[in-house]
Amino acid sequence: MAGLKKKKNRGQIILHVIFIIISCMYVIPFWLVIAVSLTDESAIAKYGYSLIPKEFSLKAYQLVFGDMTQLLQSYKVTIIFTVIATILSIVIMAVSAYPLARPGFRYRKFFTMFILITMLFNAGMVPNYMLIVRYLHLNDTIWVYIFPGLVSAYYLLIIRTNYANLPAELIEAAKIDGATELYICFKVMIPLSTPVLASTGFLFLVSKWNDWNTTLLYIKNPDLYSLQYLLQKILREAQYLQQMAGQGMVLADEVFPTESYRYAMAVVAAGPVLVIFPFFQKYFSKGMTIGGVKG
Amino acid sequence: MKKYKEKKKYSKVAAKENKQLLILMIPATILLLIFNYAPFIGVYMAFVDYNPNLGIFDSPFVGLENFKFFFTSKDAIRVIRNTLGYSLAFLMVDLIFAVGLALLLYHLNSKRGIKIYNTIVLLPRFLSWVLVAFIVYIILSPSHGLANNMIEALGGTGLKWYSKAEYWPFILIIVHIWQSVGMNSLFYYSSLLSLDESLIEAAKLDGANKWQQIRYVIIPHLIPVMVVIAILAIGKSFSGDFGLFYQVPKDVGMLYETTDIINTYVFRALQNGSFEKSTAIGMFQSLMGLILVVITNTIVRRISPENSLY
Repeated sequence: MAGLKKKKNRGQIILHVIFIIISCMYVIPFWLVIAVSLTDESAIAKYGYSLIPKEFSLKAYQLVFGDMTQLLQSYKVTIIFTVIATILSIVIMAVSAYPLARPGFRYRKFFTMFILITMLFNAGMVPNYMLIVRYLHLNDTIWVYIFPGLVSAYYLLIIRTNYANLPAELIEAAKIDGATELYICFKVMIPLSTPVLASTGFLFLVSKWNDWNTTLLYIKNPDLYSLQYLLQKILREAQYLQQMAGQGMVLADEVFPTESYRYAMAVVAAGPVLVIFPFFQKYFSKGMTIGGVKG
Repeated sequence: MKKYKEKKKYSKVAAKENKQLLILMIPATILLLIFNYAPFIGVYMAFVDYNPNLGIFDSPFVGLENFKFFFTSKDAIRVIRNTLGYSLAFLMVDLIFAVGLALLLYHLNSKRGIKIYNTIVLLPRFLSWVLVAFIVYIILSPSHGLANNMIEALGGTGLKWYSKAEYWPFILIIVHIWQSVGMNSLFYYSSLLSLDESLIEAAKLDGANKWQQIRYVIIPHLIPVMVVIAILAIGKSFSGDFGLFYQVPKDVGMLYETTDIINTYVFRALQNGSFEKSTAIGMFQSLMGLILVVITNTIVRRISPENSLY
């Protein structure tokens, strides 16, 4: 028996070693981004990117925080559209998933198909572009970040399945008490489904926060740049990056810290989501099951 | 007579309920009609020689000319091959790595360990593709990157990662796994949590070793999840992840041979203003996706009806 226990322990140790190696593949790149953002530009030119800054420097962060006009504007825009879109999306999906979970609903099959089709089939990039730009005139407005994609078939079906798995007696009991469907939806079903609403809501929030292609397609006005699009510009266009940092900040004889500035921006832009994410993590393994799509 | 009355009363209640439930469907229905169904009208554009002054419906009708233009170009083979090739590769590596990771997590006894490792592998899922592109660049940058630093430290010469197309299938597959394996394994892991442990105990009593337990108890339990994920992936195999293919190779022309997929190609066509051609390709893409889902689902329904998507 003791031998068996020992064998089990060895197995666990091997598992931990495997997981530590896997974790390194995730932690090292993040570490590297932070390290480079803290390295002096001349050291980068000489030694390349390294995990431990050869010459420590806060210059990049001084530049990032020195002229924050564009950064703050993009932060503001991104926060506004992320919050509005997430709240709207969750409310709408939580409400419309409810009839689909009611076996007695006469048009249940029709609406389920109506929603499933949007998951499997879409008109493509250009018809969407034409609709938004030529007919709805949403380009260069904040609404273009909010309305398209507000209803996700995938999340809707997950929420529907969650409702369907709640005991049917709850609805029956509420009905006997004379509750309307709207009341049952808001006072019975939604409060009992907070885990799944939290996890789908958080995933939706992340996808909005990380939105760069909406800007790429529809936005010309720099005041409406999303945070991720700003980052893309910084990664790809060295001149844009220097122009953004403000010429006044760098003395004429100094080299502009292009490399470390890029990564300092990445840290400042990515930080918040990575910090709040662990608070939502507990909902994931419970709320997300792929079986949720079926039913 | 009495019975008839009762029935009528019941159906009246049902009608009232149905009406209330219909009202709840309104917001989602309107949004889907505008943003998901209305664009289908614009698909007509694929059949015209688009003139912005005339609008879509008054532009001259050209039949299948726009499709012909795409299929006779040398780009067609390249982008279709890349799109399908990567989708197939992703489908397979996702299956192997996600199930593998879920199994590792499942066998880990330490609750805290599970939580920590799970959080770490999920992290990239919450980064935008722009930030993933930053991370890839920090490793592969030809002049400063970590990869070339290491190669040079070992006495080799650094590789020009961003100008040689042949490296990119590997890079993109690795980046894809790195970014998505955490989330994908979660689907399998949460399914494993519902596995009846007495089944494993029974297998142990029958003398099954660890490998046999996995092969005969755990994997069969995961098959329904695998099938749903596979059907969804096959349905999307003609679209591909625009973010991965546009951001990570940084849209470098020299790499198109192995990094250009239908979506990135359509996007560039859109930027160049060839609307009708991009629409035609997009339509082809959606049609193929739909056909693939229907075929796969029909096959699955034949073999094991309980695993089909609809």
